[in-house]
Formats: sequence, structure tokens, C-alpha cells
Amino acid sequence: MSDKLINATNLKKSFDQFIAVDNIDLSVSRGEVVGFLGPNGAGKSTTMKMLTGFLEPDNGEIFINNINLKSDPLKAKEYIGYLPEGAPSYSDMIVADFLSFIGKMRGLSYNSLSNRLEEMANQINLKEMWNRPIETLSKGFKRRVGIAQALIHDPDILILDEPTDGLDPNQKHEMRNLIKRISTNKAIVISTHILEEVEAVCSRAVIIADGKLLANDTPKNLENKFLNKNTLSIKVSNKINNVVSKDIKSLIKYNDVKIQKTDMSGHTIFVSDNKKVPNLNTVLKQINKLKLDVIEANFQKVSLEEIFRKITSDNNSK
Amino acid sequence: MNDYLNKTYIILDRELKGYFRTPLASIFLLVFLALSSGMTFFLGRFFERDQADLTAFFSWHPWLFLVLMPAIGMRLWAEERRSGTIELLITLPVTNTQLVVGKFLASWIFTLTALFLTMPIWITVNYLGEPDNHVILISYVGSWLMAGAFLALTSCLSALTKNQVIAFIISSISGFVLIMAGFNLVLSAVRSWSPNWITETISSMSFLSHFSRIQMGVFDLSTLVFFISMIILCLWVNVQLVQVKKAD
Repeated sequence: MSDKLINATNLKKSFDQFIAVDNIDLSVSRGEVVGFLGPNGAGKSTTMKMLTGFLEPDNGEIFINNINLKSDPLKAKEYIGYLPEGAPSYSDMIVADFLSFIGKMRGLSYNSLSNRLEEMANQINLKEMWNRPIETLSKGFKRRVGIAQALIHDPDILILDEPTDGLDPNQKHEMRNLIKRISTNKAIVISTHILEEVEAVCSRAVIIADGKLLANDTPKNLENKFLNKNTLSIKVSNKINNVVSKDIKSLIKYNDVKIQKTDMSGHTIFVSDNKKVPNLNTVLKQINKLKLDVIEANFQKVSLEEIFRKITSDNNSK
Repeated sequence: MNDYLNKTYIILDRELKGYFRTPLASIFLLVFLALSSGMTFFLGRFFERDQADLTAFFSWHPWLFLVLMPAIGMRLWAEERRSGTIELLITLPVTNTQLVVGKFLASWIFTLTALFLTMPIWITVNYLGEPDNHVILISYVGSWLMAGAFLALTSCLSALTKNQVIAFIISSISGFVLIMAGFNLVLSAVRSWSPNWITETISSMSFLSHFSRIQMGVFDLSTLVFFISMIILCLWVNVQLVQVKKAD
């Protein structure tokens, strides 16, 4: 018995000649929020469709809470709440009827259904739209209805395909807060191509491109792994004129020293060397001789966006 | 088993209410009543025939259903595929058979409502004369069964496309072939190249010949089996098509 709520191995799916997903392994435990990252057409949605039982993989196995999705799909699907891409819903139905329909299909009893409907109305802020036809709602509310239908049976697993796509910044912020709030006792998979979203809500990032899994780690570890260890950045609060600049360059014994103005009073000194990694202590000692006030010193950070671009472009060039 | 039927009922219930959420239901019922009575009184010459029966009413049903059943059934799967809600349905803990049967039954029950609303014509003919009510009742049952076969065919074909208009057209054309299956128009196209048993099988599939026997009050087992097996066959193909076409 595995403690993974989602455990998928060797997933493969092709459409005619096109390989959409190529040998992807993915496991998610309770309490984890996995960000599924990839350029458009990378295979994110196809993988999610396989995890939810909408598509059957050509190869590989999926276990949902230790239940084989292929051999017992009805039982396995009970544990999953799913928001498909674009949050489709029956637009002619009113919000209450639509959620009630999904709740009944999820097997909720009369009492628990009415409790859950009330919780959804409050938790997802749908009260004011409760009796409105879905077709009259704004994109943000439609998305909320989609989330509510995925959550109506309080599932252990939540699979959300681009939950914030098309929302305005406030709505995105609200949606991320909601995901954070509910994430403590669930396994959540979110697909997105917005990297800040992964940084904001995910405990793990999975990067795929051309159907292949390219990275699977925490955002922090990914940053560390891709940290630019050859460039040291030292922020000082002093003004640096041409004379000081020459002194710095002559004192620091590394190949490449650049000085950039960062704000009104401060400057940043970038030290790199294509032959060896600059030593932080050595550089600091050298700078101290000039009596400069060091505010911050670290190896240059890269954003998740840069990591993503690097990984996916490396894959393309292969 | 209870849960199985319960979920089929929930699908049926949503679908049936769906007809009444839009103007579709009222427009359909109005058109059905207007056309069926118009055909009975003007084309069927109900009064001129001077006979206390409903032959003039029922004989137009195959032609009426040829257009109206595809109009009811065209959205059943085409719309689910177009709007993407098929993804919601298939990822619910429910089988494709439950979905197909639930949706079909909703449209079939809706047709029953339409037929029920034609009851005044039955009352009228009883007021004017002494008709054989047994034959009329059998004709009503036969008409509903035939409507079911048309609907099952439409439901099945609507799973082929995301476009309701295409679903309507292919269903009407297929329905026309099935109505005319016993006639030379269809048979002559097949007779020249196929063995005799194929021609005879096609001939026995004619909706019109089965329905004309029912109209005469002859409701034999073969007719009942024909329509029921037609419905089951179409729904079975429907389940397979949903499975194959869901992600297209």
C-alpha cells in the first residue's frame, strides 16, 4: 500500500502519429500541491485527462488512492474532483441546480448535499449568483462554479486544469488563496503556464514539454539547482564613481567585474569568471579594503521563469 | 443496482428539465400539435373520410417523426461535445451506458408528453362516433415505440459530431432510409449487387411497413421485437461512439 493519493507510472498517450504524453511518472501525496508546468501543447491537459479517467492511456498505470483506475474506474473517480480546461458547465442551468446535479451524481445524500451546497456558496463566494443562470455569469464566476463542482463532494484529490486562466489579477489572487486554504488535507494538481502561480501556491513543480517530464522538484530546489553559481552579486549602499570603479576592478582578481547602478544611492557589483567559481569571502575581503558598505551578497538568483525557459528550450534544441 | 438506477434517473431528470429550461420544449410541442392536427384534418381528410378512427392522424406520424425526432435528439451528445461538458460527465463515477440510457429516456419521455397532448383528438373521435379504442391505444403505443427508435438513432448519430445541424441532417437522412427500407426506392439500389438475404433483411427493417401493421391493430411480437431491438442496437452503438469520439 502506497501513501500516494495519485500514483501514475509510465503514462503514454498518442493521437495517430502524434505522441502527446511520453512515459510520464507522477505521484502526489496528501498535502501536496503540484504545479504542472509546460508550454501550450506540452501534454499537460492530456495527462490530466488520463489521471481523471477521461482518456485511457496507451501504456502505463494509474492508481488513485491505491485503486487501479483502469480496473475499477467508478470507485477511483469517487476520490477525484476535476476542473476541466475552460471550466465547462451547463450554461442554461442556474448555479444551485448545476451544483446540486453534480453533488447527486457524486452520490451525496440529501442532507450532506444541502450542507455542502451551503459551504460552497460561502467558501467560494457564490451566494449572490446562486440563482442566476450560469450563462449570465462573468468569466470569474463561471470559473468559481467550476471549482465548486469539483469540490462539492470534498474529494481527496483535486485536479485543476488552468484554474486561473482568463481571470483578472484580483480573481487570480483569490483563486490562489482558495487553493492554499483547501490544500492542507488534499492532493492537488494544477496545470498552468503562469510561473508565478507555481511560486505562489505549489509545493512541487513538474515541468513537461513535448510530452516528456523534464523536471520534478520543489520550486526552491529547482532554483538552487539552476542558480547561476558563476556570478556573484554584491550590493553596496555607496555611490561608485569612475575612480572607485577602477579601484574595484583592479582589486578584485577575477576575469569579469561589472558595476551597475541599482537605485539612487546603491550599486551592484557582478563578479564572474569563466575558469573558476568566484569565492565569496575573498571578494568581500577585497571590497572591504575600499570601505564599501555591503548590503547583500549572493550568487545571482534565477527566476522560475528562466528555469522553465532554459529547461524547455534545452529540450527543443535536443 | 439501486445506485445504478438512481444515477440514470438523475441524468434523465436533468435532461428532461433541460427541455423545459429553454423555449425548445414549448416550440416543439406547439409545432408537433400544429403539424399533427394540420396533417390529420387537411392532408388526411379526417372529416371527409367519415370514419370514426384515427388512421388519418397516425398515418402521418412516420413523416412527422422523421423531422421532429432529430430536432429533439440532435443536441443529446453533439452539444455535450461542443461545450466540453462531456468531460464533466465522463469523469463522474458513472458508466457511459447510464449516461446514454438516461439521456435517451429523457427524450423519449418528452415525446410521450407530446403524444399525450394529442389526446383531445382521441376524445373527439369518441364524441363523433364509436371508434375501436383498442386499435387507437395500440397505435399510440406503436407510435411511441417508433419515436423511440428514431430518437435512439438520432442520439447515436449525434455522438458523431459537435455540430447539432449536422446531427439533425444525418439523422433525418438515416431515418428516411429506414422509413423507406421496404420500398423500391431503397431496395432497387441494393438488389443489383447484394444477395437476396440482405435485400430481405433491409426490407424487413422498414419503419413504415411495421407501423402500418400497428395502425391496423396488429401488434405482433415481431414488430415489438423490431422496435425494441432497434432502440437497443442504436443505444449500444451510441455507447461505443461516446467512448471513441469523446476526446476528438
